[in-house]
Amino acid sequence: MSDISFPKGAHAQKSLLVLDARTRKRNAAEARFRRMGLVAVTIGILALVGLLSSIIANGASSFRQTFVNLEVYLDPAKLDKTGERDPAKMAKVTTFGYAPLLGRALAQAVEAQGISTEGVSKKDIEALISKEAPATLRNMVLANPELVGQTISLQVLAQGRVDGYFKGRVTMESAALDRNISPEQLEMADALRAAGIITLGYNWGFFTAPDASDTRPEAAGLGVAILGSAYMMMIVLCLSLPIGVAASIYLEEFAPQNRWTDLIEVNISNLAAVPSIVFGILGLAIFINFVGLPQSAPIVGGLVLTLMTLPTIIIATRAALKAVPPSIRDAALGVGASKMQSVFHHVLPLAMPGILTGTIIGLAQALGETAPLLLIGMVAFVREYPGSPPEGFLDPASALPVQVYNWTTRGDPAFVERASGAIIVLLCFLVIMNIAAIVLRRRFERRW
Amino acid sequence: MYDAPTNNAEINVDQNEIKISARNVQVYYGDSHAIKDVNVDIAPRTVTAFIGPSGCGKSTFLRCLNRMNDTIDVCRVEGSIQLDGEDIYDKRVDPVQLRARVGMVFQKPNPFPKSIYDNVAYGPRIHGMARNKAELDEIVETALRRGAIWNEVKDRLHAPGTGLSGGQQQRLCIARAIATQPEVLLMDEPCSALDPIATAQVEELIDDLRTNYSVVIVTHSMQQAARVSQKTAFFHLGNLVEFDDTSRIFTQPQDPRTESYITGRIG
Amino acid sequence: MSLGLLSLIVLGLAGLGFFVGRSRALAVVGGDGRKLHSLPSYHGQSVALFAALPAFFVFGVWLFVQPILIEGSISATIPDSVIPEGGALSLVMADVRRIADGLDALVQAGSLTEASIAQLSTGNTDIRAMLAAGGVALGSDVPQAVLVAATEYRTLSGAGRLAMTGLVLVLAVLGLVLSLRRITPELRARNISEAFVKALLIGASLVAILTTVGIVFSLMFETINFFKMYPAKDFFFSTVWNPQFRGGSDLGILPLLWGTLYVSFVALLFAVPLGLMIAIYLSEYAGPKLRGLAKPAIEVLAGIPTIVYGLFALVTVGPLLRDYLAQPLGLGTSSSSVLTAGLVMGIMLIPFVSSLSDDIINAVPQAMRDGSYGLGATRSETIRQVVLPAALPGVVGAILLAASRAIGETMIVVMGAGAAAKLGLNPFEAMTTVTVKIVSQLTGDTEFASPETLVAFALGLTLFVFTLGLNVIALIIVRKYREQYE
Repeated sequence: MSDISFPKGAHAQKSLLVLDARTRKRNAAEARFRRMGLVAVTIGILALVGLLSSIIANGASSFRQTFVNLEVYLDPAKLDKTGERDPAKMAKVTTFGYAPLLGRALAQAVEAQGISTEGVSKKDIEALISKEAPATLRNMVLANPELVGQTISLQVLAQGRVDGYFKGRVTMESAALDRNISPEQLEMADALRAAGIITLGYNWGFFTAPDASDTRPEAAGLGVAILGSAYMMMIVLCLSLPIGVAASIYLEEFAPQNRWTDLIEVNISNLAAVPSIVFGILGLAIFINFVGLPQSAPIVGGLVLTLMTLPTIIIATRAALKAVPPSIRDAALGVGASKMQSVFHHVLPLAMPGILTGTIIGLAQALGETAPLLLIGMVAFVREYPGSPPEGFLDPASALPVQVYNWTTRGDPAFVERASGAIIVLLCFLVIMNIAAIVLRRRFERRW
Repeated sequence: MYDAPTNNAEINVDQNEIKISARNVQVYYGDSHAIKDVNVDIAPRTVTAFIGPSGCGKSTFLRCLNRMNDTIDVCRVEGSIQLDGEDIYDKRVDPVQLRARVGMVFQKPNPFPKSIYDNVAYGPRIHGMARNKAELDEIVETALRRGAIWNEVKDRLHAPGTGLSGGQQQRLCIARAIATQPEVLLMDEPCSALDPIATAQVEELIDDLRTNYSVVIVTHSMQQAARVSQKTAFFHLGNLVEFDDTSRIFTQPQDPRTESYITGRIG
Repeated sequence: MSLGLLSLIVLGLAGLGFFVGRSRALAVVGGDGRKLHSLPSYHGQSVALFAALPAFFVFGVWLFVQPILIEGSISATIPDSVIPEGGALSLVMADVRRIADGLDALVQAGSLTEASIAQLSTGNTDIRAMLAAGGVALGSDVPQAVLVAATEYRTLSGAGRLAMTGLVLVLAVLGLVLSLRRITPELRARNISEAFVKALLIGASLVAILTTVGIVFSLMFETINFFKMYPAKDFFFSTVWNPQFRGGSDLGILPLLWGTLYVSFVALLFAVPLGLMIAIYLSEYAGPKLRGLAKPAIEVLAGIPTIVYGLFALVTVGPLLRDYLAQPLGLGTSSSSVLTAGLVMGIMLIPFVSSLSDDIINAVPQAMRDGSYGLGATRSETIRQVVLPAALPGVVGAILLAASRAIGETMIVVMGAGAAAKLGLNPFEAMTTVTVKIVSQLTGDTEFASPETLVAFALGLTLFVFTLGLNVIALIIVRKYREQYE
């Protein structure tokens, strides 16, 4: 065998302590490859940072809001001509009756502070106040007719452009080109702010108020959307957890290994990858057109999201059930428990942390899902809060991610701020849910 | 200190010279002390067998000889291991260059999911040993011949290496290791996953390889050690108990532990 | 009797059955539970099941069948004359139902009595105004024939409802009594209730199948309707997408498919190398510290809803690309473009590709790596020449899965790609995709039964078939790959 020999010129005997040229080249290639990997990781992290910081930079200001503090005289001659203080009759006075009262109050305040009104008409002063404010005042008066005739101190929303000015979105230059605001008005707003009549405060209304029309971005809030999302999550939780767990128990513990079971399994893994918009089409065709449930209702959204969440929950639950060692089942069967008893008394409780973790993650996915909800009409403009469950499940409502989309389609740039703010709220919910899932996993996860 | 070997990278070495010399080698896995104070000299053109019960550290020690333990984060090696008088754990040594000279064959045959030809050509290619295709072909053929598998595969060099039988795969892996023209060949229980016939073929091959290489083989089987090796080292619980000519170890063991092991009382 | 009350009564009977059954089981054996085959509570459960199940079954079937039967008989009585020009019988029937509901509401409110309904006629009452007062708005005045049909509908439904209530209650009581009498010490009550639970479990696992059937059924049904109105040849092969409000639309899918594939291609071009390199770096090179930081950070990207990516594309990436790349280079003036949507979608896909690749790379056995290191290969040589080729099928599967994701993605393209259906090559131009058009056609103002709306279902079916195909192929590849190393 020793007659078989290699061609000459292979690596000649050299000292190990000296790197030959080829090794150096190979090491350089190694370092290059490694750097490429590091660059990729950096790009990934930068993308995350860019995404989050862009949203926060755009949306953080939506949690602050510009208010106008006024002393408003509620003139009985305008608001209650009969003098009976009967809300039914007073309701005849529309918001147009209330707007001048606010305008006059602001004009008086301007005068009292000695602020120059040069280039600013009475109407321009009134325009500093949000168009939403008269409606707020009207509701207040109708709820409590005794206020008429009194002078009340009131805090109302400032107009969106004024709000934008104090948050840096609107500048003197942009105002000069803007039909809705003039630089003179902004100067006046500056003076009013110095006088303490215009203030910036926390924007609680953002969390509680309903959506507002295109011309009143300052009044738009997430109240209906948060409620709608909460209703849908309730439905998803109540339906997908029991169905998902039951299906997983059957597939993991009872199902015979045959074609039928295979079909179900392939089905589930494919459903997990069906585009979400297809579920929207399903919801539209089956739940709305065929069954006849109303559009924009949380029940339809909840059902569609349930179907979308089921595969996630089933996959997580099956993994959790699989992780319970067979010895536990054998032990239960060995003392004479039935298969069903061994599953429900022993296996299921042990798998519960894993199941709940999977459920929370599934819910978090469902909470952020947008596309299918667009198709079942949740993108409609809804200002009424839905009623309390269960009837409220049939009332029109919005949902957090859909509200974001809705706002991005509006013309006024102030809505971009609102949309980003809404995303921050949405992300906060998701973070809370994911932390809950992590804590659950850390505390209860058992390694066998 | 120890007696420093005096040979300096000479090509022609005779029986008394030393290829690898290990002195006071300690290996730690995290906190556990896996190899304790081992001194071994590996001679060129010799088959050296490491035997001992499971977990005695023989495989660990073998992997120190070409720094395969570097890939394990928690593993730490102390002491000195010299190849032709140069410390392989020196900072200036690139393990890549070292492993080209100290090749390795593993317990389970692990052909790459490539063709038989590409499996063997892999080493020569990465080390840039062939200037052209013809030279590479020659290296591959030589390696496969030395691996005693040429006749079985010469008609299907471009079939996948994973399609061979277990014994053929292991000989392919040996040929793959030979192709980089190492000076030392480390074999970690190369026959433990093979049937008796394949084992016999591989053992025959190991005996042939002795004419060109210094072979170090870890084995569980004392019969195998007796059949193929000239020198045998007996490891027990991380210690090198006895190291001597194979014939002496099996006939007149000096240490009672060695005797117990080869007579089957511990293992 | 309202449906809710009826179900409550049945549930109440079942609950009663549970307690009575439990105590009766104990009574049969004189209080010595050891003589029973099953625990007393299992006897209770089986009694409750027999009380509730048949009743609810009939209840459900009746609710489903009754409207179909009644509609059938009523619609046969409606003369053709009241069906408006170009309208459909189904619209008239919808009116009939609403009038009937309105009459119900009025009776409930007390403003109408059963007797006065019998005398109603379009001659003597303004039905529309009357119903409007009851909260039911009708589109037009009510013809006499429709009113007659509506009152007939009401009487039939009422009679049906009454019959159903009686039958359901009788069944519940019957089930309760019979199963109570059946209780003996030998009765295998546990097996009965377990068989029921098992049936429930099977039913739950069928939901997945039903969902798929529902998807296929709803897509197919409306797609067939669409192809009756619009030739399939034009849909699949026309290069023009130009829907009109008043018919005569061009609804060719090719420009949409092109946009979809182009955006997905850009996204994959970005996500696959990055995701793969991230997976490689984190599993082969990174120290525990960097891995502990970077891995969760990348995974966070996967948990962010697509609407957030959409907004990012709309407010940040789009304007950036337009102002710093497209306009200076003179390539376009639109902030929504293929590149915008593709880049942002690429970011979305990074964690998807990297976590899948991570799994796949880790599935390559360590022995393979050892073999390579043992021959003196460096890490990168081992990865590129041994690990990646070994993992190739799995990686291809992962890429296909990512592609299916990209094709089905909606919000990012709705907000980032634009709405213009074009067959172009310039990545700085706005183009549109299948999903964008599904959204716009189904949320638009066109009539539902028009081809402009129904085309969305044909688009949806195409999308479904596409993604399903990709998924199935990918899953087969990945499964084969895993088997190879098991």
